[in-house]
Amino acid sequence: MKLDSKIPEGPIAEKWANHKNNMKLVAPNNRPKIDVIIVGTGLAGSSAAASLGEMGYNVSAFCFQDSPRRAHSIAAQGGINAAKNYQNDGDSVYRLFYDTIKGGDYRAREGNVHRLAEVSGNIIDQCVAQGVPFAREYGGLLDNRSFGGTQVQRTFYAAGQTGQQLLLGAYSALSRQIGLGRVKMYHRHEMLDIVVVDGKARGIIARNLVTGEIERHAAHAVVLASGGYGNVYFLSTNAMRSNVSAAWKIHKRGALFANPCFVQIHPTCIPVHGTNQSKLTLMSESLRNSGRIWVPKKKEDAEAIRSGNLKPTQIPEEERDYFLERRYPAFGNLVPRDVASRAAKERCDAGFGIEANDTNEGVYLDFASEIRSKGKQAAFAKGEHSASDERILELGKQWIGEKYGNLFTMYQKITDENPYETPMKIYPAVHYTMGGVWVDYNLQSTIPGCFVTGEANFSDHGANRLGASALMQGLADGYFVLPYTLSDYLANEIRTGNISTDSPEFEDAENEVKNSIQKFLANNGTKTVDYFHKRLGLIVWNKIGMGRSEAGLKEAIEEIGQLRDEFYKDVYVPGDANEMNPELEKALRVADFIELGQLMAVDALHRNESCGGHFREEYQDAEGETLRDDENFKYAAAWEYKGNDATQSVLHKEELKYEAIKIAARNYK
Amino acid sequence: MASKSINITLKIWRQKNKDAKGQMETYTLNNVSTDSSFLEMLDQLNEQLINERKEPVAFDHDCREGICGMCSLYINGRAHGPDRGITTCQLHMRLFNDGDTIYVEPWRSAAFPIVKDLVVDRSSFDRIQQAGGFISVNTSGRTMDANAIPVPKVNADKAFQAAACIGCGACVASCKNGSAMLFVGAKVSQYALLPQGRVEAKERVLNMVRQMDEEGFGNCTNTGACEVECPKGISIENIARMNREFLKASITSEK
Repeated sequence: MKLDSKIPEGPIAEKWANHKNNMKLVAPNNRPKIDVIIVGTGLAGSSAAASLGEMGYNVSAFCFQDSPRRAHSIAAQGGINAAKNYQNDGDSVYRLFYDTIKGGDYRAREGNVHRLAEVSGNIIDQCVAQGVPFAREYGGLLDNRSFGGTQVQRTFYAAGQTGQQLLLGAYSALSRQIGLGRVKMYHRHEMLDIVVVDGKARGIIARNLVTGEIERHAAHAVVLASGGYGNVYFLSTNAMRSNVSAAWKIHKRGALFANPCFVQIHPTCIPVHGTNQSKLTLMSESLRNSGRIWVPKKKEDAEAIRSGNLKPTQIPEEERDYFLERRYPAFGNLVPRDVASRAAKERCDAGFGIEANDTNEGVYLDFASEIRSKGKQAAFAKGEHSASDERILELGKQWIGEKYGNLFTMYQKITDENPYETPMKIYPAVHYTMGGVWVDYNLQSTIPGCFVTGEANFSDHGANRLGASALMQGLADGYFVLPYTLSDYLANEIRTGNISTDSPEFEDAENEVKNSIQKFLANNGTKTVDYFHKRLGLIVWNKIGMGRSEAGLKEAIEEIGQLRDEFYKDVYVPGDANEMNPELEKALRVADFIELGQLMAVDALHRNESCGGHFREEYQDAEGETLRDDENFKYAAAWEYKGNDATQSVLHKEELKYEAIKIAARNYK
Repeated sequence: MASKSINITLKIWRQKNKDAKGQMETYTLNNVSTDSSFLEMLDQLNEQLINERKEPVAFDHDCREGICGMCSLYINGRAHGPDRGITTCQLHMRLFNDGDTIYVEPWRSAAFPIVKDLVVDRSSFDRIQQAGGFISVNTSGRTMDANAIPVPKVNADKAFQAAACIGCGACVASCKNGSAMLFVGAKVSQYALLPQGRVEAKERVLNMVRQMDEEGFGNCTNTGACEVECPKGISIENIARMNREFLKASITSEK
């Protein structure tokens, strides 16, 4: 199979405009004859469903939650990037493009990323027109803040709930189309397979999660906007039911899966507390605008903190190691996520961790300096030029509360500690997956007619995603890219007519789904689904987490293979097929996670270099920074499925070309 | 605070499906860490039930960080349990004591029929949103520059506070009339406070209120229970604003 990325010819800044001018269109009178299925209703799915519905296509949208508004985009906190340059600090489309490519450690596709930067401004315009209540300044104009890996303020936000506001915006647009009858919404439905007829995606098999009924749905094209696969680690910041299954099903039917080992481990999450923990909670990167990350300089102090004999507030300034500011003075606490995570791990591995859990893994995120300086500013603004210390702290805390109130409350509820008074304890956790289904410039997978958008695809973030860029990509794909590229594909479908669900392909796919369900229910093993999922999570976290080694990865491949066999032999799934059965849902998802986990190890093992979130311990420089190998690994690794043993998967390479940007070592010092 | 382990008794509503007759069942659960969230405690119960070859308890949940609005539960007679300003997934077991008996029920409202056990059907909220909870702007990205219309910060902030609603339905479940006016009022307010939303303000409030009535939600009698139990602290000021908008629209609408 030869991979054709279909990047248009011409200078980088003209590719998308030229491509749009040359793509085929579907006339308005033909659109209602064409059916489109969209799986997932997060930012990428809702925006696509709304846009395609507006255009007049006959759209069916699917989500496994009870409402499209619940998709996990809702939990994104910090913000969305756009090259508006409202702050007049030198931002431009080129700079956003450049920062994203560099942030991705030169493993993303130039053409896609430039397009993303080009449409970023339109996203903000669109959202404001929809009534998204972004944060504003007193003059009534939009406010911005900084995110990691940039030196400008280009992040738009709505307190710590930006994802919620953007998703509700897209959901409102989708709701309007549902109300007008242009989109048919299937909630509490889960896609369990794709149906390919004569080489083209022609529909899906879905399970009604309330009745258990297996349904056939046909369409002229299928769009997957099913999110990332971070839950392969069991513990992640993803929602509990986020999963890889939709993406994995199309992988099994011929779609290549690219860079599965590129996983983002986010530096600022609440540390693990115990074995019954079900998920990890993110503390937004935006907090690094105001918080400073540190550990004690002395190991004795770290030990004293862990044993409860010392409080962080008792450690004087000169005894603290602000390790990000020390190592990366140019970007300080706002280095990209992979860099910040590794630095925290390095300090904890060296014995300076401050959390009193099994692994001592935790560092401080401290707001004391910011509270003081913002308090002073606020006092001055009120004309209180000689405000008392107490008053300054009061005003400072008020300022912090306005900016980050919901995050501080969340933190307090989980940890029972007050972050206004004592620094937050944080540690890296799995957050986002850069890898995903391989797609070309048109967001089409290697199955014709099957398009993949948002986090589910691999295309825009290389080996590390910058903060506030996931929301940007999701909405860019759904509002401004897919409506064009999908129409170009559908232009050849106007004579096709209705797709029947009576074909043998639908029949076979439905039977396969029913058989796999029956197999699980009849298995009568001794262990719960979670038992296996947790074991898988530990393997991938320890061996395909922040640090990876050849030996560890080989063990992981072996161990995951054994776990797979044990899972099928010994899992117990209660209940029936014809009812709401959450355990059955989990079992079907974990089966796919296991196969994916093994492929992640295979991918990580083959990539003999370190880049972005992929840190192979054998490949680092004297200062512990990633050592890329551009000569041998400047490509996207796209894997072809060859059965449930991932070591048999076949590698296809898409060479990455850097024409607009000079490829260089990534430096944030 | 140091974590400890507690033993509890649970009384949980079990109901096979929407047509079946339900009843409270009693379970004992030992060694619950006080650091666990309430839903992690239910995970632990389900693990125990599965190992005993009994059917696990179905409950809605997803993000487990208080934002998706999927989790619900009436706990000891209160929506989202005894703590304030949080969802059930953010409720932690440190608020309970060793030996406690905890009652867990689904949302109870005519407009939220039970699906199974603790899971209810809240699609009535979606239909209200579909009736008018939007601004009719198509995707083009070229309406006008986002900074073309300044919005006073105080209005933007109020719109945001209203828009913070997660659609969980605690307001309805807490209301003795089963009213959805906090939910609808919040959505109406978000758009009413923004210049972009004023154009369709009249049709919006009339359509959303009509749909709300058709779904069988009750009326508001200003008790304020919804505001107390709302995990996002949405103010009943939004109900007052909706009433004003509704009155204005009813008198002046050209339809």
